[in-house]
Amino acid sequence: MTQVRDIALKVRSKNAGPFWVTIDVFCGSSDAYTTLTTALKTDAIAALYHQPTQLLKRFDIPDLNVIKFSFPRPVIQGHRLDRDMHGAGWSTLLAELDI
Amino acid sequence: MPTRILIPSGVLCLGFDRAALARGVAAKPDLIAIDGGSTDSGPWSLGAGQSKYARSVTKSEWRELMLARAQAGVPLVIGTAGTCGADTCVDWMFDITCELATELGQSLRIARLYSNQPSPRITDALAQGRLRPLTPAPDINAEALGQMTNIVALAGAEQIQAALNTGADIIIAGRTTDTAIIAALPLMRGDHAGAAWHGAKIAECGALCSTNPTSGVIMVDFDADGFTVEPLADGATCTPHSVSAHMLYENSDPFILYEPGGHLDVTETKYTALDARRTRATGSKWVPGPYTVKLEGARAAGFQTTLLAVLRDAHYAANAQAWADKLHSFLDALIAKRMALPTNSYTLDFRLIGVNATLGAMENRIGSPTEVGVLLIITAQTQALASEIGKLANPHLLHYPLTESEELPTFAFPYSPAQSDRGALYEFALNHVLELDDPMSAFRLDVTEVTP
Repeated sequence: MTQVRDIALKVRSKNAGPFWVTIDVFCGSSDAYTTLTTALKTDAIAALYHQPTQLLKRFDIPDLNVIKFSFPRPVIQGHRLDRDMHGAGWSTLLAELDI
Repeated sequence: MPTRILIPSGVLCLGFDRAALARGVAAKPDLIAIDGGSTDSGPWSLGAGQSKYARSVTKSEWRELMLARAQAGVPLVIGTAGTCGADTCVDWMFDITCELATELGQSLRIARLYSNQPSPRITDALAQGRLRPLTPAPDINAEALGQMTNIVALAGAEQIQAALNTGADIIIAGRTTDTAIIAALPLMRGDHAGAAWHGAKIAECGALCSTNPTSGVIMVDFDADGFTVEPLADGATCTPHSVSAHMLYENSDPFILYEPGGHLDVTETKYTALDARRTRATGSKWVPGPYTVKLEGARAAGFQTTLLAVLRDAHYAANAQAWADKLHSFLDALIAKRMALPTNSYTLDFRLIGVNATLGAMENRIGSPTEVGVLLIITAQTQALASEIGKLANPHLLHYPLTESEELPTFAFPYSPAQSDRGALYEFALNHVLELDDPMSAFRLDVTEVTP
């Protein structure tokens, strides 16, 4: 099975302020970008992060060969139940997604 | 009038390339600007009103920047001083600056810009409808606002310009937007507004917009049509790709950036490589809007104690979640019995390191770990209670069996005592903007002449 990380150059995530997290998929080439924009379904990404689809913002950016997803953090940064202060570990779920 | 801004690094205490800084000073900048913090590391700094960075590192890097300022003969500005930009952190940075002024024999005019908001001001704004929630916003009321240990407003270009107009050699600003300390001067001198904000956003993280992200030093030239960005370290380059890709970083929307008094739109921006090192951007738009400043607030949310045990036995490592769930119920019952505490007055949170400590319920990869670290995080209303619960949990975290029929196990404790008191827990409690008629009405400027 092929995973996103086998095709993309890099997948990273980070907080965008304490209330949002943002995930950038750097495809690295227009071929990889075309493959991944088709393969990554917005509904599936929302499900992967246990988010309602309507809260997920998606940006397909062909000039950079980047696909970006942003959504409100289900647990605010630094809340007693927050597990990842910087949100940097969230990218792994998308990187390891089978496509 | 073209304006040249030197940015030594993305944040004070991250280090910078000295040769590159010297090159920047020699290129005659109009201002040196550096960020002093962000919310990145979490709510503790704002909650406690303290810097997360070491004073020794802050002082040593600030010394180099004060020397660079003296040589360049231009203002030096730090935004969001002391990690969170609370008033206490501005004063902490001011103390360091005064010590250095004496040590270096510098006579200085120092402007301090304070960003803290008294809670009655915010309560009044709430009542008057001048407080607007962003998405998602925590619920607030007068009581919740009163419980916050620090509320700061993010200053924009106008407040930094007011500080520059005092003729200060050094500006120590409380909470500001990351961009304001860079955009203020080019805006004041009539450079292109979209370029001023966009160039500031590109440069605010230092060399992160270049191909050598750790090299620190960046120079931006602003003019009537656009901006040009150049990294100053050997071998670093700013390419159209590295520059435009920086708009992705820590931004939920890579094309729109809200600032006090409007927003930046880079949808139509054109990026051009001028040569092997420099990239120029034109076509960025500034769209004026209502004058609002974003607020950040932190409230005390209890006190914490943690314990760490390591399960190495294969049977326990394989069944760590079931073990932790069973132990959790057992401890709840014991806390009710021995301490008469209801379960809603404290939190026990088991983080299984090696199983799902990072992602929790979202984790979808099932492995067979060699060992599992069990981090128990206890939150209670006082440190004494959290610590007492930690001591109560201690022997059970060490010996709790999966089934009653087996011999009593003993797990690995990495240190003694097993419990560590973490002190106060703070939580971010505001995601709102405040409408202002006068940009300075929520900020305070203080100017001091310092002689060695």
